[in-house]
Amino acid sequence: MSTDKSKRIVIEPVTRVEGHGKVSILLDENNKVKQARLHIVEFRGFERFIQGRPFWEVPVLVQRLCGICPVSHHLAAAKAMDIIVGGENLTPTAEKVRRLMHYGQTLQSHALHFFHLCSPDLLFGFDADPAVRNVIGIAAKFPELAVQGVMMRKFGQEIIKATAGKKIHGTGAIPGGINKNISIEERDDFLKDIDQMMEWSRGSVKIAKDYTIENIDMLAPFGSFDSSHMSLIRADGAMDLYHGGLRVIDFEGNKILDHVDYQNYTDYIAEEVKSWSYMKFPFLKSLGTDKGWYRVGPLARLNTCDFIDTPEAEAARKEFMAVTNGKPNNISMAYHWARMIELLHSVEKIKELLNDPDLQGTDLVVKGDRREEAVGLIEAPRGTLFHHYKVNEDDQVTMANLIVSTTHNNVPMNTAVTKVAEEYISGVPEITEGLLNRVEVAIRAYDPCLSCATHAMGKMPLVITLYDHAGNEIDKKSKQ
Amino acid sequence: MKASQPKILLLGYGNPGRLDDGLGPELAERIEKKNLPNVTVDADYQLMVEDAAVIAENDIVIFADAAVDGDGPFYFKPVIGKNEMSFSSHSAEPEQLVALAEKLFGAKTKCYILGIRGYEFNEFGQRLCDRAKTNLEKADEFITRAITENDFELKNK
Repeated sequence: MSTDKSKRIVIEPVTRVEGHGKVSILLDENNKVKQARLHIVEFRGFERFIQGRPFWEVPVLVQRLCGICPVSHHLAAAKAMDIIVGGENLTPTAEKVRRLMHYGQTLQSHALHFFHLCSPDLLFGFDADPAVRNVIGIAAKFPELAVQGVMMRKFGQEIIKATAGKKIHGTGAIPGGINKNISIEERDDFLKDIDQMMEWSRGSVKIAKDYTIENIDMLAPFGSFDSSHMSLIRADGAMDLYHGGLRVIDFEGNKILDHVDYQNYTDYIAEEVKSWSYMKFPFLKSLGTDKGWYRVGPLARLNTCDFIDTPEAEAARKEFMAVTNGKPNNISMAYHWARMIELLHSVEKIKELLNDPDLQGTDLVVKGDRREEAVGLIEAPRGTLFHHYKVNEDDQVTMANLIVSTTHNNVPMNTAVTKVAEEYISGVPEITEGLLNRVEVAIRAYDPCLSCATHAMGKMPLVITLYDHAGNEIDKKSKQ
Repeated sequence: MKASQPKILLLGYGNPGRLDDGLGPELAERIEKKNLPNVTVDADYQLMVEDAAVIAENDIVIFADAAVDGDGPFYFKPVIGKNEMSFSSHSAEPEQLVALAEKLFGAKTKCYILGIRGYEFNEFGQRLCDRAKTNLEKADEFITRAITENDFELKNK
């Protein structure tokens, strides 16, 4: 077998579209929901694709994994490679430029989700006509809001471009540091728009907060359930989207793990494979597969942190936590409010960093003792992102394991879908429009990345199939 | 040559890590190297909503993408705004962006899509297959002439 041939990885299912949000619901003999499953196509071949590549190429290569959040993969891989080259103690300039890149990514990602995907559900209602309940509908009825969403996205993307380089070949973060700083001209360009971004961010938090509080009776049970929550946490307990130790709390707020060095994550977390899903199911070893699952992402991060180190986001966090009397918030739909608090936090952080002269520093890279194995973690917009690599003495990657946010949220999303299905299929074995809409809304709260490393030229339908107790398909509906 | 040269953006999109899906960015790279007057070139993995604002800043926008079907070597057609969105997709289609650009920014931009036929998409790898390379050459020749002559009514192929 030739070397080239041995590297060929066939990816199944064979599809070029972004993926399908495929849901299957199995009923029991009384037409009650026995089981509901969300199937997300995830290509696992990427980890093998990286094997054999020089380690310094990895932060660039991994951006090919996801066209939606290439920056998160870029930074997680770079953090791992920092350790490989013994350069994990970055210079102040390198760390701050990377943080700026990361907050730019979080801002644009959260803005996309809120304005493009979530706001139509909130502003038009779950049962509004899908022809209207989308960003085009928002553009028609709430044009100012739609413009804000587009311009916030653009601001975030321009920060990424300034810090990471070209969109498709971002090379900003390199093992042990960065390859360029931020010029005074670049800084000033961003500073002239930052107050506008702050104002729009405050407005976004208000929309999400007001909606949640006004509809709390409907939202509290909607696709909701008690769960553990996981995120990185700074040494002093602050929310930190770029670096920290792992904290996991249970549904009441009791700490299960705290300040765990993620280099040792395999001591605490394992991944289960199930025959019906391409995605793995991560779980805490100490609690086992049935009870060890947890949520990640904005809701989890708001729940795990002791405080947020920017004033306006911290004030917003206190209002958020007051809804559940300071206890962890387990309401799935509260993800949206949490996401907007993080958006505000990201803009505050961007403003803070832009005013820091370290961004213009020239000490960009550090290196130390070479290592053979490393883990890089980052709080990506959708949740904790793990990159784990082994590198041999010839500088080639010999092992890669990636656990992405959507994989961490695999069981929670399935649980949310099950809750919704249980409520809307009460003895009637058919898929109603109400069910279809609500499954869509519940999944969307988690902002799953259904991307498969290739852009979508086609559509991505949500397909729900209903099976009777004998496994026969009795109904099927899809939404384009 | 037709009227005075308008402000043109060529936006190539696709994932170079997925074989022929990289046709759009590859074309963008080629056009960028030609330094054509009044032409801005950009490349990205996917189209995003903020591209609506960029559309509005130009007189003509050419979306260059890999095409998964058709006879090849490429197709070239105007993009008409479409008021439809799909479920939970983070990316956007040219038709949706044009609709957004018109609604939000009053854009009068003429938009076209250049779909270059690709054949291999379902593996990871940074290379184009031979047939895709041939199609890329023809698409490059076509769009360069269209831009240079400021004539986007040219017959396909």
